[in-house]
Amino acid sequence: METLKKEIQEKNTIKTIRVKGAEAVIKCLLEEGVDLAYGYPGGAIMPIYDELYKYKDELHHVLTRHEQGATHAAQGFARVTGKPGIVFATSGPGATNLVTGIADAQIDSSPMVCITGQVGSHLLGSDAFQETDIIGISTPVTKWNYQITKASEIPEVIAKAFYIAKSGRPGPVLIDITKDAQFEEFDFSYKKCEKIRSYIAIPKLDVAKVKEAAELINSAKKPFIVFGQGVIIGGAENEFKSFIEKTDIPSACTGLGLSALETEHPLHVGMVGMHGNYAPNVLTNSCDVLIAIGMRFDDRVTGNLATYAKQAKVIHFDIDPAEIDKNVKTAIAVLGDVKETLAEIMQFVDKNEHKEWMKEFDKLLEIEKKTVINDQLNPTKEGLTMGEVMGGINKETKGDAVIVSDVGQHQMFAWRYAKFNKTRSNVTSGGLGTMGFALPAAIGAKMGAPEREVVAIIGDGGFQMTIQELGTILQTKAAVKIVVLNNSFLGMVRQWQELFFDRRYASTVMTNPDFVKIAEGYGIEANKVEKREDLADAIKTMIASKESYFLEVMIEQEDNVFPMIPTGASVSDIRLS
Amino acid sequence: MEESKNFTVSVYTENNIGLLNRISAIFLKRHINIESMTVSKSEIEHVHRFTFVVEVPETLIRKVVGQLEKQIEVIRAFYHTEDEIIYHETALFKIASTHLYDERIQDKLKFRRAHIIAITDRYFVIEASGLKEDINKMYDKLKPFGLLQFVRSGRIAITRPKMAISELFEEIN
Repeated sequence: METLKKEIQEKNTIKTIRVKGAEAVIKCLLEEGVDLAYGYPGGAIMPIYDELYKYKDELHHVLTRHEQGATHAAQGFARVTGKPGIVFATSGPGATNLVTGIADAQIDSSPMVCITGQVGSHLLGSDAFQETDIIGISTPVTKWNYQITKASEIPEVIAKAFYIAKSGRPGPVLIDITKDAQFEEFDFSYKKCEKIRSYIAIPKLDVAKVKEAAELINSAKKPFIVFGQGVIIGGAENEFKSFIEKTDIPSACTGLGLSALETEHPLHVGMVGMHGNYAPNVLTNSCDVLIAIGMRFDDRVTGNLATYAKQAKVIHFDIDPAEIDKNVKTAIAVLGDVKETLAEIMQFVDKNEHKEWMKEFDKLLEIEKKTVINDQLNPTKEGLTMGEVMGGINKETKGDAVIVSDVGQHQMFAWRYAKFNKTRSNVTSGGLGTMGFALPAAIGAKMGAPEREVVAIIGDGGFQMTIQELGTILQTKAAVKIVVLNNSFLGMVRQWQELFFDRRYASTVMTNPDFVKIAEGYGIEANKVEKREDLADAIKTMIASKESYFLEVMIEQEDNVFPMIPTGASVSDIRLS
Repeated sequence: MEESKNFTVSVYTENNIGLLNRISAIFLKRHINIESMTVSKSEIEHVHRFTFVVEVPETLIRKVVGQLEKQIEVIRAFYHTEDEIIYHETALFKIASTHLYDERIQDKLKFRRAHIIAITDRYFVIEASGLKEDINKMYDKLKPFGLLQFVRSGRIAITRPKMAISELFEEIN
């Protein structure tokens, strides 16, 4: 009796319970605070889906209509919440269908945990039914991946997966679990992962570097900040704002940095990059100190590197040491979490004023307004333009909505004109430029922030790449607002063909179906606008709707995005027309 | 255009399945040809060491090493020029036994790190080791006799400067 008591006592202290691998997976997710996942079932992941059925009250699973949709939805969720998006898929085609979404999350640093089923371990390597080497395939596009062949590995590996996905510079991880490991029983217990010996999530803050950076900033006559998504990921919006307000430095965002600082902030001088604003692009090549914060000098931001900010001393704040000097040579690198480094630098930077320098931005903004912006927002030509649609949306949402954009011309108009009052409001495929991203990402964003208005801006091309996710909206009643800007063209490619390929419109003309009918077929209220006088009301009705809503706007076919830095040109050679 | 140089890259890692793939993918995505590769235990228990030889400009190898270190299970990565390391490569030459008593072959074997390691009635095998150039020279000399087989190992290298790996490892462990 005594020994039995002791045994029971011991068991209680270790707190293990005997479960199948599949159930352990769900238990791990619950331990990590997961209550929502996206995915698509199939043979090799059926034991896990069986457990999802049993745990449906605690972990809600959203069935998308394609595995790619699940990844984008998970990323949309991750972008608005900061929490990792969860994806389930089966082996073989289920797993390979995840690859685009994983690559997108990797290049845009979104936390994501993907769990794929795999054929039984005795079949590995035998070209079994629905077997693909998803570990090999996903390696270059994941922050980490791992194949589990024994149930007992599940808790530790999943704990590690969450830690890796969320910490440092976030990213996607993939866990591949053989079917036998899902069935196998073992003694389960869970412990969250707090460190991995070979992985430094956040580099140590170096006060000397912070001081050095502060001195350079204090001595600068024409300092200029470019901020990226790092400010949002680091949750450093307040620290960032305090920093720029104290130092009075004009600040421009990258595409993914949008919404980290409210659009209307007096020091927000717009967006840099290929279709960014005139002033910040031109003045990149006039500033004396360029302060890059949580951004990675993407080629779409820098244009020709040989002529990028050569006159300036560059200070680079980043969490990822591999980004330092990768594209632009820095004078001072401040490694670490921007929330900490920006807080630290506050005590060393002087309160400053840069009125004259700021005037240069204002002057160039006036030029851009006169030559581009006024016409894009209030066009006089007959056809409707993407700019005025964005203007109309701003009017109704007042800058409080989450704007989810797909990829192409409409995306550039969304980035240029969407007004943002709050952080985590810009959900878009930046680095990878994945057409088809927006519709499923909007579903994920709405589920991550159900109290917020979520408006997806999509082109007629991208819409048809993941149009099947209208089915997910039908089933989940996700109240997303979908705006398709239809110019019956693959607009961005068409624009390049017009400008650089003598108007040879190779395979960019689209014969489109009746989108309104399709949306209605999925039970979504839908409307189509062809005339300017109908636009404002149509947007108003859409935003007022409590349910999902589809709005198609017919756009002038030869509506181009300007300004533009042609490939290979310098940022200061940005074209206004 | 910056000049390409020979670099020896040492990568200390955990001993996990699939890591080779992850590491080689970094070279692949930058279109870098790996001239040789060796994987072995290292001076630290349960830590493996990859040794790569590549010919690239220095600014590029610096970026590659940064991206290698970024991989979760890579502990540290280093790159060194030829003069910063002491290295060794080994090669085996299989030659038809008809040449075994050829004086000219015997001559070649006077090279300080070459000797015959196997003899049968049909063939014999010469092992040679040394620097890359030593083996190249040996190859050129033996080729006229008809090489039935030739194989050369990846580079193994020890650095002259200290690599702060053990201390670092103690710190993070």
